Amino acid sequence: MNNTYYNKLVFELSKAGRQGFSLPTNEFEGCYSIPNEIKRNDPPLLPEADEQTVVRHYTNMSNNNFGVDTGFYPLGSCTMKYNPKINEENADHPAFRQLHPLAPASAVQGALEVYYNTQKMLSEIGGMSEFTLNPFAGAHGELTGLMVIRNFHIKRGDLKRTKIIIPDSAHGTNPASAAVCGLEVVEVKSNENGTVDVEALRPLLGDDVAGMMMTNPNTLGIFETQIPEIAKMVHECGGLMYYDGANLNALLGVCRPGDMGFDVMHINLHKTFSTPHGGGGPGAGPIGVRQGLENYLPNPQVKKNDDGSFFVDYSSDSLGSISGFFGNFSVVLRAYTFLLSCGKENFAKMGSLAVLNANYIKEMLKDDYELPIGGLCKHEFVFNGLKDKSQHVTTLDVAKRLLDYGFHAPTIYFPLLFHEALMIEPTETESKDTIDGFIKVMKEIAKEAAENPELVKTAPHNTPISRVDDVKAVKEPKLTFKF
Amino acid sequence: MAKVIEGLYYAESHEYVRVEGNIGYVGITDYAQEQLGNVVYVDTPEVGDSVAAGEEFGAVESVKAASDLISPVSGEVLEVNEALADAPELVNEDAFNNWIIKVELSDLSELDNLLNAEAYSNLCGE
Repeated sequence: MNNTYYNKLVFELSKAGRQGFSLPTNEFEGCYSIPNEIKRNDPPLLPEADEQTVVRHYTNMSNNNFGVDTGFYPLGSCTMKYNPKINEENADHPAFRQLHPLAPASAVQGALEVYYNTQKMLSEIGGMSEFTLNPFAGAHGELTGLMVIRNFHIKRGDLKRTKIIIPDSAHGTNPASAAVCGLEVVEVKSNENGTVDVEALRPLLGDDVAGMMMTNPNTLGIFETQIPEIAKMVHECGGLMYYDGANLNALLGVCRPGDMGFDVMHINLHKTFSTPHGGGGPGAGPIGVRQGLENYLPNPQVKKNDDGSFFVDYSSDSLGSISGFFGNFSVVLRAYTFLLSCGKENFAKMGSLAVLNANYIKEMLKDDYELPIGGLCKHEFVFNGLKDKSQHVTTLDVAKRLLDYGFHAPTIYFPLLFHEALMIEPTETESKDTIDGFIKVMKEIAKEAAENPELVKTAPHNTPISRVDDVKAVKEPKLTFKF
Repeated sequence: MAKVIEGLYYAESHEYVRVEGNIGYVGITDYAQEQLGNVVYVDTPEVGDSVAAGEEFGAVESVKAASDLISPVSGEVLEVNEALADAPELVNEDAFNNWIIKVELSDLSELDNLLNAEAYSNLCGE
């Protein structure tokens, strides 16, 4: 039972003079002097509440949350797979947690070994020569990867390569990262199958192209089958191929970006490698490079001596440092734990199972929802809203109604190629029972939309907060509490 | 069904231009506002800027997405619809009367590349 009283802001629950602590008498009163100019004139505006009120407030707030630990989270493009608790246990181990980033290499051989081994495993998974684990998140990895490409061209004295080609179906982070890196974005169109139009790509290639960024499978969940030809074309004009690892989950154990002709790639550990995701992460966006580009990776780099010990190296060709010390070490530790606890033999099944789950949902629902691009999908797929649009029930309404049934909403209105995009990614960690439950509810919502459209258009009805006025939220955001 | 008005010129990217002499009033179509949903911000160029046919001149942000505005014509921006800064929802209320920029057309022959009301209706009806 969720008591809404405790859902108020903790400031609203405050009562003057109420407290949940008792401090001992200050024995040092008068023993120190604080200069007047730095003394505050008014007491700080802190909430005054007893411990029980504080506990109830935060416990109730946490019950309003929805996460992978609460239920099915089919958020397309985000790979919301289950995060095993053993990851947390290891990340919380004091031997790791209490390490100091400035400790000498000789004192932190274990941590360096974790880093080195993870670099090697990711290199094998991606088909790359070397990895850095320093970037803090996917988009940070994209920026770092593009800086590698940029440095590669600049170091060979080829200064005119300022353009980066990005498909129109790409994640918004791709053009954003390219712009931050000082590259000019050139968009290439998709064909009717939802994949890159090779004929539209051809005229864009030239000696001013630094490279091309691609997500494969792309944001529609479709495998870019012409990738060998595309990679060949880009390489022939002197550009490099960048692999956006957002959708790597689909390929695990089946094929590798390095074998497809990609030169640089990033991986989202918080997607593919089961580290916490959303709500602040933190994430990690390691990048890998093919042979010949290793020295451009950011500093510091973790390497292994001939005697089996590990050391921290700094390359003079490096693009420099892109994060404090080694990035998010505890996130890497979680991913390393995940890799070892799965084992190579189970890891290889992940991609296939993720693809099977997505295709199962797609086939079961395609009579109720419009499937703009048929055929086999990979780990995710996109519906273009309900098949029956006569009642004007939108994708937003369907997503809101799902919340009433206790499911997290899929990604909506992305990619932009369809007006009513509804993007579903189940991941491999869900059981058939969960997936069948979701299918049943999606069919029920389609039925409601036809028979009782108002019910869907005004959803959600069972959540702590009903439908929010998102226009008002954008136009009149209230970001602070006014006393 | 979205409104389409006779006598205007339409772009496939869902902008319209209403022409009076060598002056063009450029906005987004009723179909475009319907697809975007509630518009919350319109990013416009400045008076005196030049726009080119087929090139981006601003963006419309809705609760669903941010979309680039592609100019159907070339010329100099004479005026920007200031009312949209405080009330972007005017685009939803009446897209055809709430133009976004007023342009001095530099090449009237560009209008031949645009669609008429009938052709544009067909495009939206697909």
